[in-house]
Amino acid sequence: MKKGTLRQILLLTDGCSNTGEDPIAIASLAKEEGMTVNVIGIVDRQEMSEAGVNEIESIAEAGGGISQVVYARQLSQTVQMVTKKAMTQTIYGVVNREISQILGEEKELEDLEPEKRGQLMEVVDELGETMDLDIIILVDTSASMKNKLPMVQEALLDLSVSLRARTGNNHFALYSFPGKRKDVDKLINWTPHFDSLSGAFKKMSTSGVTPTGPALQEGIGIMRKRMKKKGSDEDEFYLEEA
Amino acid sequence: MKMSSTSKKRDLTLLPNEVVVGRWHNNSYRIVRELGYGATGTVYLAEGRDGPVAIKIASDSMSITSEVNVLRQFSKVQRPSLGPSFYDADDYITPDGCYPFYAMEYIKGEAFLPFLRSRGGEWLGIMVVQLLGDLHRLHQEGWIFGDLKPENLLVTGNPSRVRWLDVGGITKEGRAIKEYTEFFDRGYWGFGGRKAEPTYDLFSVSMLMINRAYPSRFEKNLKHGSTSLQSRVNDKEILTPFSDVIHKGLEGKYKSAMDMRKELMEIIQNTTFTSTTEKKIKRKETRTSIKKQKVQDKKKNSAIKNKRERRFVGIFESMLFASFLLILYILYLFGQAV
Repeated sequence: MKKGTLRQILLLTDGCSNTGEDPIAIASLAKEEGMTVNVIGIVDRQEMSEAGVNEIESIAEAGGGISQVVYARQLSQTVQMVTKKAMTQTIYGVVNREISQILGEEKELEDLEPEKRGQLMEVVDELGETMDLDIIILVDTSASMKNKLPMVQEALLDLSVSLRARTGNNHFALYSFPGKRKDVDKLINWTPHFDSLSGAFKKMSTSGVTPTGPALQEGIGIMRKRMKKKGSDEDEFYLEEA
Repeated sequence: MKMSSTSKKRDLTLLPNEVVVGRWHNNSYRIVRELGYGATGTVYLAEGRDGPVAIKIASDSMSITSEVNVLRQFSKVQRPSLGPSFYDADDYITPDGCYPFYAMEYIKGEAFLPFLRSRGGEWLGIMVVQLLGDLHRLHQEGWIFGDLKPENLLVTGNPSRVRWLDVGGITKEGRAIKEYTEFFDRGYWGFGGRKAEPTYDLFSVSMLMINRAYPSRFEKNLKHGSTSLQSRVNDKEILTPFSDVIHKGLEGKYKSAMDMRKELMEIIQNTTFTSTTEKKIKRKETRTSIKKQKVQDKKKNSAIKNKRERRFVGIFESMLFASFLLILYILYLFGQAV
């Protein structure tokens, strides 16, 4: 049996969306498509507005993923941790669903005694190590992000180092929003790892718009296209968390 | 750092004397006090049926279950000193929900860095030799420690022996490192990947030695990461005898922990002389620094003293003036009487 692919959208932003569709609704759509949306909010000196933090949390919640607000200098550690944790969480969700199918509606992993739970967790860890992973990274490049972009670069290279250590295959694609003419611009096409990101963020937008919703929408489209291309021979790895 | 994920459950704080009873095995533990806070949960000292135990409790059952798996593995092949012994894993049911926990051996000792900081360079060598021996045994069983750092180590007493405290980062060889701390991670410094292999741990051992000389650690220089790290080693006298070993550890040149241990032991044996002179130099250094501090202290003290003295002089002056007036008055009285 083929193990299937985990699909994640990673959103890096420093504020609220202010144009286009509601990103929370779009994140729910992503979840329906079997993808996970993780959001990382980046702050520097001043704290993020409450509305910004709320939006970030709600997007991740709707997208079945994890959110975290961090200072730019802690970004590397956070990006890899959020990504890995979200993978485990997704697999755990699927395993949980399987369990309730086998043991009955009300049962989940926590209803098993610790010894059996341990055995199942080994399976979850094993899958997390060996499953393939596709990640679309959406980076907010609105004006306020300018001085944070070197840290974003650093963090993405670090993520690549972390994931390369896995047994499973990884593929990354890097997009920025807002784009020059469109909502998003492609910076780097699907690649197994990032070698260098220097110069990746040259095309900076200076406009004040942050089209987070439309960017997520695009992300889903890109992921869908890739799924079609890879063909339907692959087992689908749907998630539906309780 | 706290993660907010889709499963929202409050972190649990246990108070002293609270009794935690397991849902499955019915063992009870009376909480004594909090011992520490880790990435996966909070550790408490508790009183179990057979004496003191350490209890780790968390809201997230995923990571704690993985950790129990690792601990169980070592309980099967438990020899003294490969991490704390595993006793029990269970769930604690509270009105807020179900919190998984596990009980393990309570290891009492001194924190790793403070222990070393009060001692000479030879102790750094000895502790690392002990650590490398344990790591070698771990590696032979197909495991990599992962998150090796002073906070995860403890020195138990008489005779002094280094022990592992937290085994949450232990990863099967060949997999991706489960947990790491940037300062001790070779991926962060650009010295290699995050695949679990013996060289990964040996890099962290080198960083552990560097941490002895730089207790507050330092960050990567974005422009020249690796060269800056190597020059840091050369800058500190306490690291001088070990610098070859540290460099080789950083560069992944040792095939096994045993190789590194052997070279380190040779160094400790052959540099007894230099290590004592080094100590003398160090002592002199500390003496001069103490002197410096004393001088500074003196300055500070003298400033306070000056103030005090000034006040004192003031009182003295007024008393002198008062007695002078008194004498004049007495003389006046005598004058009157005569």
